[in-house]
Amino acid sequence: MIDSGDTAFVIICTAMVMLMTPGVGLFYGGMVRRKSIISMVALAFVAFALVSIQWVLFGYSLAFGTDIGGFIGGLNHFALNGVGLDGDGIPDILFMVFQLVFAGLTLAILTSGLAERVKLGSFIVFGLLWTTLVYDPLAHWAWGGGWASQLGALDFAGGTVVHISSGFGALAAALIIGKRLGFGQDSMKPSNIPLTLLGGALLWFGWFGFNAGSELAANGIAANAFVVTNTAAAAGALAWMAASWIHGKPSSLGMISGAVAGLVAITPAAGFVDAMSAIVIGIVAGLICYSALLFRVRKGLDESLDAWAIHGVGGFWGAIATGIFCTAAIGGVDGLMYGNVHQFLIQCVDAVAAMVYAFVVTYVLALIVDKTIGLRVSEDEEYVGLDISQHGESTQI
Amino acid sequence: MKKIEAIIRPEKLERVSDALIEKGHHAMTVTEVRGRGAQRGIALQFRGKEIMVDLIPKVKIEMVVHDEDVDGVIAIIKEFARTGKNGDGKIFIFNVEKCMGVRSD
Repeated sequence: MIDSGDTAFVIICTAMVMLMTPGVGLFYGGMVRRKSIISMVALAFVAFALVSIQWVLFGYSLAFGTDIGGFIGGLNHFALNGVGLDGDGIPDILFMVFQLVFAGLTLAILTSGLAERVKLGSFIVFGLLWTTLVYDPLAHWAWGGGWASQLGALDFAGGTVVHISSGFGALAAALIIGKRLGFGQDSMKPSNIPLTLLGGALLWFGWFGFNAGSELAANGIAANAFVVTNTAAAAGALAWMAASWIHGKPSSLGMISGAVAGLVAITPAAGFVDAMSAIVIGIVAGLICYSALLFRVRKGLDESLDAWAIHGVGGFWGAIATGIFCTAAIGGVDGLMYGNVHQFLIQCVDAVAAMVYAFVVTYVLALIVDKTIGLRVSEDEEYVGLDISQHGESTQI
Repeated sequence: MKKIEAIIRPEKLERVSDALIEKGHHAMTVTEVRGRGAQRGIALQFRGKEIMVDLIPKVKIEMVVHDEDVDGVIAIIKEFARTGKNGDGKIFIFNVEKCMGVRSD
């Protein structure tokens, strides 16, 4: 039975989540050098377009088709076979497209590890392989009836599926593609911080659709998800800003990065925790993601735009935090704080499995693409920037 | 007094500037410019089709220094702006007839 209120709500949430993908593009675009802004925003759009087609053809089926061994879905929904206008609460086809915008966003986040040096054609091949072999199985594990959901792992809106996968995937891809020319020597300061702030604002806004919409109904849990999402983002923003203040100036870039860290961490927990827990989750996210960023810089890793530090580490913390703070009063399941050690252990297993799978498979895929068609542009192309070398366009005269 | 005009790669500006400050050469004017040298920019190949990136972004550093500081400043710029490849830039030296502050005499 279709509920018109729920359907209207999820349609709007789907559109809001779509806006997060160009939001990621602008967030990243402002952080790269001026010669690669267009490339960075374009990669997000390309990711979205690519996954949009992959998802309706077979991606949705691999994630939500009939379970095969707890690992992946079957091809029974190939080309949207059996995905119609009817459904439970919302039309099946709406659920499909709501999941589509998540998948598109996830690949866009991953572009962090390839910034300013990836061949567009190779990214398309790599992106298609990645979303099929990393994202789709992870979505199946968490939401499509796979082993993690059978085990009772909680992932409300995609802490493991979206954030651990893209964050650790970005790190693996960055290790294969190598550092940008001059990394650690030349200045690589962000070229347009207002652009990053605009992208961050779109992310924060879209995240309400991401988390509240994941209830798939306009009800109290959705409202709670909305509140905890905003609370964790605010706590993350203030925590990161405070931590960076101690090290120097409270940069706006740090503040918005902290907000995203808070948003990432609350994502798996949004339907299971209350607002007071969200403050703790957000503060811890801001602090550990900032520490992860400092660690990455110290180690000389060019995971350029910190998908690993923010999405990977933040998503990992969020998955664990869900097992600590979840309360039966909201989502029907108690966590460690309420004496349920079992749920906490399940969350740990789920987070570690997602992390290892995403890292290893991405590493292998990136290696294969690199050894066959080459993942990276030539030195000259990298020097003039990807805007001109990949798109023939420029933000300059 | 001499005016030094150095056209260098933009990504090298920070290191050059830091090195100059370390040796006590603080005053400079920096402009973002675009240009080409004898090699006419960079030619990129796309499946047989050539794309010429003709005017490459650079920065121009302008400094007016005492005669005895010229060699030191040039040495610093050459050391920290150099990659050894085409497009590292050029340094020009001019005679300065007079120099005065706007506020002071």
